Amino acid sequence: MLEKALKGSVGYGIWVAVLLLLTANGLFFYLKQLDYGLGITGLSRDVSWGLYIAQFTFLVGVAASAVMLVLPYYLHDYKAFGKITILGEFLAVAAVIMCVTFVFIDLGRPDRVANILLYPSPGSVLFWDVIVLNGYLLINIVTGWTVLESDKKGVPPPAWVKPLIILSIPWAISIHTVTAFIYAGLPGRGFWLTAIMAPRFLASAFASGPALLILICLLLKRLTRFDAGEKAVQTLATIVAYALATSIFFVLVELFTVYYSQVPGHMHHMTYLFAGLEGHTGIARWMALAALLAFAALALLIIPRTRKNEPLLALACAGVFLALWIEKGLGLVVTGFVPSPLERIADYTPTLPEAAITIGIWALGLLIVTLLYKVFVSLRQEL
Amino acid sequence: MAPTRREFLKIAGVSAAGLLLPPLAVHAAAQTGKPATEVGPAQRRAFTAKRWAMAAVGGQCPAGCRDCIDACHSTHNVPAIGNPKDDVHWIGLERIERVFPAEAHPRLPESLKRLPVPVLCNHCENPPCVRVCPTKATFKRADGIVMMDYHRCIGCRFCMAACPYGARSMNYRDPRPFIRKPNPEFPTRTKGVVEKCNFCEERLARGVLPACVLACKEKALVFGDLEDPRSDIRTLLGKGLSIRRRPELGTGPQIYYLL
Repeated sequence: MLEKALKGSVGYGIWVAVLLLLTANGLFFYLKQLDYGLGITGLSRDVSWGLYIAQFTFLVGVAASAVMLVLPYYLHDYKAFGKITILGEFLAVAAVIMCVTFVFIDLGRPDRVANILLYPSPGSVLFWDVIVLNGYLLINIVTGWTVLESDKKGVPPPAWVKPLIILSIPWAISIHTVTAFIYAGLPGRGFWLTAIMAPRFLASAFASGPALLILICLLLKRLTRFDAGEKAVQTLATIVAYALATSIFFVLVELFTVYYSQVPGHMHHMTYLFAGLEGHTGIARWMALAALLAFAALALLIIPRTRKNEPLLALACAGVFLALWIEKGLGLVVTGFVPSPLERIADYTPTLPEAAITIGIWALGLLIVTLLYKVFVSLRQEL
Repeated sequence: MAPTRREFLKIAGVSAAGLLLPPLAVHAAAQTGKPATEVGPAQRRAFTAKRWAMAAVGGQCPAGCRDCIDACHSTHNVPAIGNPKDDVHWIGLERIERVFPAEAHPRLPESLKRLPVPVLCNHCENPPCVRVCPTKATFKRADGIVMMDYHRCIGCRFCMAACPYGARSMNYRDPRPFIRKPNPEFPTRTKGVVEKCNFCEERLARGVLPACVLACKEKALVFGDLEDPRSDIRTLLGKGLSIRRRPELGTGPQIYYLL
């Protein structure tokens, strides 16, 4: 089936070439990073995790969101999702590969990565995250591919796939819960030390992932003969609306606890994130944009007339994706480190090589999505 | 300050009178502030303890003195990279408002506000860094010292996020060109691993006190066995109120401050 990805239009060829080029560019700068060390990034003694780990955190959410298709279709027999469930699973595959890559390139000694398995440490949340992420990757590759193969042959999927698909539902919840626990279990970081971290992660995941899927479905409808169907897209839009509203609500709940209790160890971080501290307002400006986008998108998604308007829906979904990317892919990780344990406000600005590597991995992920979706669409057209 | 006589006796063995000499020599060296390594080639017994701890007595640092930092960093080949981003350090001196933000207030005496407070790894009883390490590259010994295995660390920096004291440094670049005078007796690190204070375990194993303790002419740093009621550190802690950094987090920090 994979050969379907090799043949395509000129536009497809150019798109793949651009992605390959960006990936190669990222690889080039990664080799530089290997040579120089992580000092090539904007990371510092005070802000020791940055863009890479933030992308990982955000993309775990995108990966987990496949469950928003799998659950209605397989548990509630929601037929409208039948056509696109595989798209969700393939998106999860690409997102998890990106996650694992981001964690890998963030290591100071990637040559020793096997130590995680050679010296298993069940007390470490990172150890468990590696386990659940790789398990999730495997489940989604196997289930997505097997179901697609059965579709091609025109036979129902083999019986053993169903339990695996059902297993993927709690597994999806687990990957984002475990990722939240990386942050929420650290005693000294007031910003992350909150039990609502995992629910917040899940809510934002179920908004950002399906929003991306809607964008992809609308794109596929224009570029190919594959149409996900009005009903499927509209149901996804409803899911995004609810998840986004929940996500915003969770943030507001945090803001209440932090600002009403006024405990400095929690409040300083939040002030840095939303207003800036001592003139350091870089992240706060991004967060203002994120808040604006989130509320505007929520309005567009709640009002039925705008939600049912395709260009406006696309705009709303792009807004949701960008807003949540800023919140998790920029704000959440860095703010945990500012102020530092010694009350320092260290600014973190990603460097150009760091950005090039990050873009390279995004290109790699898009490439995987492109190839897998090409196979899917080609097979659909033949049916 | 040196361990008590009783500690030395325990270390050297009461019956072996000849072996008593070297630790006494260390004691003498500690009194004069001279590094113990200059005492002579005599064979010393390792210092051992049930729980190592340190106390820092405030108000004694002369203006601008960096002896403890310099001694530690030259002993352990800590690079002087010279920019805050890539900075590596094991021990530092900070103002009280940064070390004890909850205790500092505007009405503190000026002398206390300007007082340099030494900060280093707290060798926690319940260390979060050890809990989060995915490879057991950082671990706690039975005597309480929290150690790093530089050959196992993968550089994920989870320990840096977990440490509530900012005690850990990452080698963001190759540290070796930044070591002014390498000490051949202690390993250098590669780029990509995390490092921190090790309570001079390599010196304790040779029966020598930590470098910072010996370097401090004011004897402001007191090191010893917290489980030994007759150790100097216990005597000191028994005299009055001592505080620790962020004890409410349950980490059980083992650096005590008398300010």
